[in-house]
Amino acid sequence: MKPTSHAFSANAHRALHDATLQQALAKAGVGFVDKRRAAIDGLPEFRALREAGRNVKDHTLANLDHYLLRFEEQVQASGGVVHWAETPQEACAAVLDICKKSGAKMVAKGKSMVGEEIAVNDALEGAGFEVVETDLGEYIIQIAHEPPSHIIAPAVHKTRQQIADLFQELHHQPGLTRPLQTVPQIVDEARQVLRGKFLAADVGITGANFLIAETGSAVIVTNEGNGDLSATLPRVHIVLASIEKLVPTLEDASVLLRLLARSATGQEITSYTTFFTGPRRADDADGPEQFHVILIDNGRSRMLGGEYHEMLRCIRCGACLNHCPVYGAVGGHAYGWVYPGPMGAVLTPLMVGLDEGRPLPNASTLCGRCEEVCPMSIPLPKLLREHRRHEFARRLTPPRARWALAAWAYCAKRPQLYRRLAGLGMRLLNFLSGGRGRFRSLPFASAWTAARDLPAPQGDTFMRRWQRRKA
Amino acid sequence: MSDSRNAILQRISRTLGHDATPAAPAVAQRINEHTRGPQPQWTESTRARFLNKLEKVAGTYAEVAARERIPHAVADYLSAQNLPQRLVLAPHPLLDNLAWPDGWQVERRRAVGDERVSLAVAFCAIAETGSLMLLAGPDSPATLNFLPDDFLCVLPENRIVPRMEDAWALLREEHGAMPRAANIITGPSRTADVEQTIQLGAHGPRSLHVLLPGEGCNSTAKADLAANSTIE
Repeated sequence: MKPTSHAFSANAHRALHDATLQQALAKAGVGFVDKRRAAIDGLPEFRALREAGRNVKDHTLANLDHYLLRFEEQVQASGGVVHWAETPQEACAAVLDICKKSGAKMVAKGKSMVGEEIAVNDALEGAGFEVVETDLGEYIIQIAHEPPSHIIAPAVHKTRQQIADLFQELHHQPGLTRPLQTVPQIVDEARQVLRGKFLAADVGITGANFLIAETGSAVIVTNEGNGDLSATLPRVHIVLASIEKLVPTLEDASVLLRLLARSATGQEITSYTTFFTGPRRADDADGPEQFHVILIDNGRSRMLGGEYHEMLRCIRCGACLNHCPVYGAVGGHAYGWVYPGPMGAVLTPLMVGLDEGRPLPNASTLCGRCEEVCPMSIPLPKLLREHRRHEFARRLTPPRARWALAAWAYCAKRPQLYRRLAGLGMRLLNFLSGGRGRFRSLPFASAWTAARDLPAPQGDTFMRRWQRRKA
Repeated sequence: MSDSRNAILQRISRTLGHDATPAAPAVAQRINEHTRGPQPQWTESTRARFLNKLEKVAGTYAEVAARERIPHAVADYLSAQNLPQRLVLAPHPLLDNLAWPDGWQVERRRAVGDERVSLAVAFCAIAETGSLMLLAGPDSPATLNFLPDDFLCVLPENRIVPRMEDAWALLREEHGAMPRAANIITGPSRTADVEQTIQLGAHGPRSLHVLLPGEGCNSTAKADLAANSTIE
């Protein structure tokens, strides 16, 4: 998808004035936060698990090349094939190649964020394959021709009525009288339509929440069971996975699974957690004949050991989105690419370029809630600041902001001057406010004063009061 | 593609300052030790924990006096749910030679998509989360776990392990290698993709019903299965 992150400000403005979107966001936000809270309160070991989870990832990243090789060896030993892709283009080419060689027509897809990242649907459709998203949320946005707005709840921005209308329009056939108003009716409609697709698909594509080096397994968690149907019914199963999904052992995956579901949906574990290892065995009654894993780099090996290294610990739970006041206000589409919220504001500039993604690290007050709830203790605010630092160093910051920052820095480095100017500014603002202690409106500050008063400084500067107290 | 493989591996190795090898000592040690992370604790019995957690995720269960009573338990379920007397069974030895009522349509095969009710046998259960673990194989086609509307699963009683790590230990001990699919199933299929409202039966089963046979049916280990078959 073509990123529109550069237009964050306009995107956000539109989102804030979209009444339907605001209605959908209001419904979603609190639920996620409360459910996560309850799940974590119910597990005294959560803190220890968080520490252990972080150690698993740090150890794996410090030996990533070894584990990748070990994983490859094990996949091959179980009869599977590993493909390596440095770029999205290479990853898509590998998928197309597999689909063509197996004579496929239809592809059933489980939800995969790296699939969105490499735009595999566009590649498949461009090559003439029919692609059906099977996660209900992904299916909804596929038929609406929209990108996901949340990494675990892709259609969180849609209201029930909007979904009912979409289904009505798309599934409508002469004589269709199935009612489509309640949630059960909508879910059932999707179940019936997608069941046929599952059974007809030649290739199933899924993501992977974890890859296990010990066994060569790909772990997929879902609540709907669509990942399992996509991986079991078609003749070919393709796993799309980025290289940082690796963990050493089944025990290590068990630690991370305890963190993932709780942080994501507040569940102790999702309905389905499946470890896929190779294609069907000789005497199996079902399962795919081919098992492929596409290992995707797309810039990750360059993140390793660098300023954004810690981002490679991310397990894509979505907790930082759910707790972000900015995400909660504008939703995921405003971020303009695949990954929204705090994790997206770190990843997007790395993947589509800082020129394009520049506004995202700035659309944050660095309040720190994301880091607080991150099960992998990723210092997201610190990483956002890194982006800002690079932005300034590369002179991508708009001139007005640069000048203001340069002027402030000049003064901040000269304490005497700073104090004199601060004292002057204070007295001036106090005078302008007419001693009322607040401004109803102020030139250059209309964005603030449109919705609330701006407090005017009164009394004296901090430094002078401090000195008086000491004296 | 092998160019990409080399490029990715070389870049990582350069950053990490070593040569890539699948047999690196740190890696071999980690993989052989199977060190467990912090283990959640609880006070109730393993069995009570499993049943409590199963009910919390909308799973149901019935205790069955003996293996031979499985058809009765299934009949009870079908009549309570007002379901047709049609069943697709896993070709699992534990379900061999059961006396199904006359007139029932019972098939032993994988599922193809139009089945209402299936019956399979779990490898084990995990008490911590109220989960069942099924291993895909000739005696346990994975399609049975996902396609039918009602998924019935036999869980022999002494197969409840406390935690996921215990299930891995059991799997290594009894099977050595991973099956094509190890399915950890916790309740019926569900979705919250429409306005965050939880709805059961998204793509997989709408209900999950566990049968817990007691006496004479206490292991799915291969040796015991053989013994069970001869008892019949």
